[in-house]
Amino acid sequence: MTAATDAVAPPKARGGIAQSVSDSLVVAKRNLIRMTRIPEMVIFGLIQPIMFVVLFSYVFGGSMNIGGSTSPGVYREFLMAGIFAQTVTFATAGAGAGIADDMHKGLIDRFRSLPMARGAVLTGRTLADLVQTALTVVVLAIVALLVGWRIHEGVPKALGAFALLLLLGYAFSWIGALIGLSVRTPEAATSGGLIWLFPVTFISNAFVDSSQMTPWLRHIAEWNPFSATVQACRVLFGNPGVSPSDAWPMQHPVWASIIWSVLIIAVFRTLAVRKYRSATA
Amino acid sequence: MPGAIYAEGLVKTFGHVRALDGVDLDVPEGTVLGLLGPNGAGKTTAVRVLTTLLQPDSGKAFVAGIDVLKHPDEVRRSIGLSGQFAAVDEYLTGRENLQMVGRLYQMNAKRAKARAGELLDRFNLADAADRPAKTYSGGMRRRLDLAAALVVSPPVMFMDEPTTGLDPRNRQALWEVIQELVAGGTTLLLTTQYLEEADHLAHDICVVDHGKVIARGTSDQLKAQTGGERVEVVVHEPEMIPPARDVLARYGLAGIGHGEVSVEDHTRKLTVPVAGGAKLLAEVIRDLDTVGVEIDDIGLRRPTLDDVFISLTGHAAELADEENGGPGADARRKSRKEAAK
Ligand SMILES: Nc1ncnc2c1ncn2[C@@H]1O[C@H](COP(=O)(O)OP(=O)(O)OP(=O)(O)O)[C@@H](O)[C@H]1O
Ligand SMILES: [Mg+2]
Repeated sequence: MTAATDAVAPPKARGGIAQSVSDSLVVAKRNLIRMTRIPEMVIFGLIQPIMFVVLFSYVFGGSMNIGGSTSPGVYREFLMAGIFAQTVTFATAGAGAGIADDMHKGLIDRFRSLPMARGAVLTGRTLADLVQTALTVVVLAIVALLVGWRIHEGVPKALGAFALLLLLGYAFSWIGALIGLSVRTPEAATSGGLIWLFPVTFISNAFVDSSQMTPWLRHIAEWNPFSATVQACRVLFGNPGVSPSDAWPMQHPVWASIIWSVLIIAVFRTLAVRKYRSATA
Repeated sequence: MPGAIYAEGLVKTFGHVRALDGVDLDVPEGTVLGLLGPNGAGKTTAVRVLTTLLQPDSGKAFVAGIDVLKHPDEVRRSIGLSGQFAAVDEYLTGRENLQMVGRLYQMNAKRAKARAGELLDRFNLADAADRPAKTYSGGMRRRLDLAAALVVSPPVMFMDEPTTGLDPRNRQALWEVIQELVAGGTTLLLTTQYLEEADHLAHDICVVDHGKVIARGTSDQLKAQTGGERVEVVVHEPEMIPPARDVLARYGLAGIGHGEVSVEDHTRKLTVPVAGGAKLLAEVIRDLDTVGVEIDDIGLRRPTLDDVFISLTGHAAELADEENGGPGADARRKSRKEAAK
């Protein structure tokens, strides 16, 4: 009868890392449950990269010159690293829309009134997006194998490439988190999360051989954080079209990819958590 | 010694709107403060400042003795909040929502689960517990949100229009919950548009308008400020209004002239402020009978909080918009977001 008012003292906050981890996992679980209840979202997220694979490889297939070869098969192998990398960056839009939606529905108010770890709402969101990204990458890899993409450097290196991809996706979801906190509607977060990805992913080595670009564009492309991961994947997969450029990120793409991703996480996580704390719906 | 909720000179502006314009509050431990005020008065803003969701431009606030501006994290450990708009995850079931909140209060999984079950029973949500909250009615969501605010029993609770949209039975049930909480020593700040509710639950009442506290005191004190009792008569035929008015004027407090008697023609209702209670009422009935006035209804009326409210704020409590947390409330929320741009 008095269940609602039985003295349930608030448990002592554990504080510190343990609480951050546990709070983040609670929020991540909540976001994953949501994803299973809105499967359309996950499915659309899968269809888009598959469409890219098919369109790019069959439309551009015969007309691209990759390392002296214009064979569609070579372009397809070249292309996959780009598509993988582009796909993981779409996590930006997911994280942004999810957080903007929570703000819009007042859920952020609920979270902010609880004695939670500071970054847990955002970390929980980005972790859930990481799971979705991983799922998308698996499906995409299967489709890629079907259209003729292969790995040539063994499974451990390929797994290393996938790890770099997921790290990049995770980093970009923090950019999305900041966007989600800064806009007013989930719709704005989705488009705001996507538009800037086009220049970032196209002024890169993802879809064309960047060494054939005009010099100033080539410099941007070679130092683009996104290009480093693409180059690293090509190296680790043993795919054609590894840029011979002597720009540092092109020479040390694995390190460059890791450094860029960690840097993005450090900067955008800090900004997003600060914004979260002052956010008002 | 400041109370469990204490605020001094709170100011919060949104652009040119002064949502809070120097609000002082002092709620002693274990009591209920009812915050009343018309739409846009600043009630929600006050709650948001006190629950660490909003930074005031200036002023001081302490909750459970902790400085809200300096130690918001500690304040959060001592408060429960049910905001004006239900903050539940609509894709999660009711049970999952409550378990999540329990886990975020650092309960272990087992305890969070048990607590969720208790609250679902208590708030009549057991049947719907395992459906996504998306499928809940407005009142059910509201109850789920209230349950979420009660997952732990924090020493200080904030409820922003908790009974808006609840049917009478569930409103009654919530009142009981609130009374139990307070009996257990919880301090509560409650905003409401239902003045009857403030009358019933609140020890002290603060009336705010345009971001300022315009009156405070117990419900009886406020009523006494507004005036004493009066006699209300509804006559049977419109042509009986003039003779009835003459009779009532004799009993009117001022005693002279017709000025004191107010008449509502379309309802055939006459009202006059009096002093003298039930004995006087009997005399009025006799006199009306003597002059041949047939009456449909007669009564001695004490001022209600509604009267207090209307006389203080100069306009009626605008209930329609808020009722059921309906589309009006939603639209307002949107336009507020736009305004925030
Ligand atoms: N985020 C915001 N941006 C701009 N203006 C705001 C914001 N929040 C509140 N206001 C304004 O501040 C004033 C007080 O709003 P508040 O929500 O506190 O009123 P209230 O007393 O809770 O009203 P109601 O009874 O309608 O819930 C209103 O004029 C409102 O438009
Ligand atoms: Mg309000």
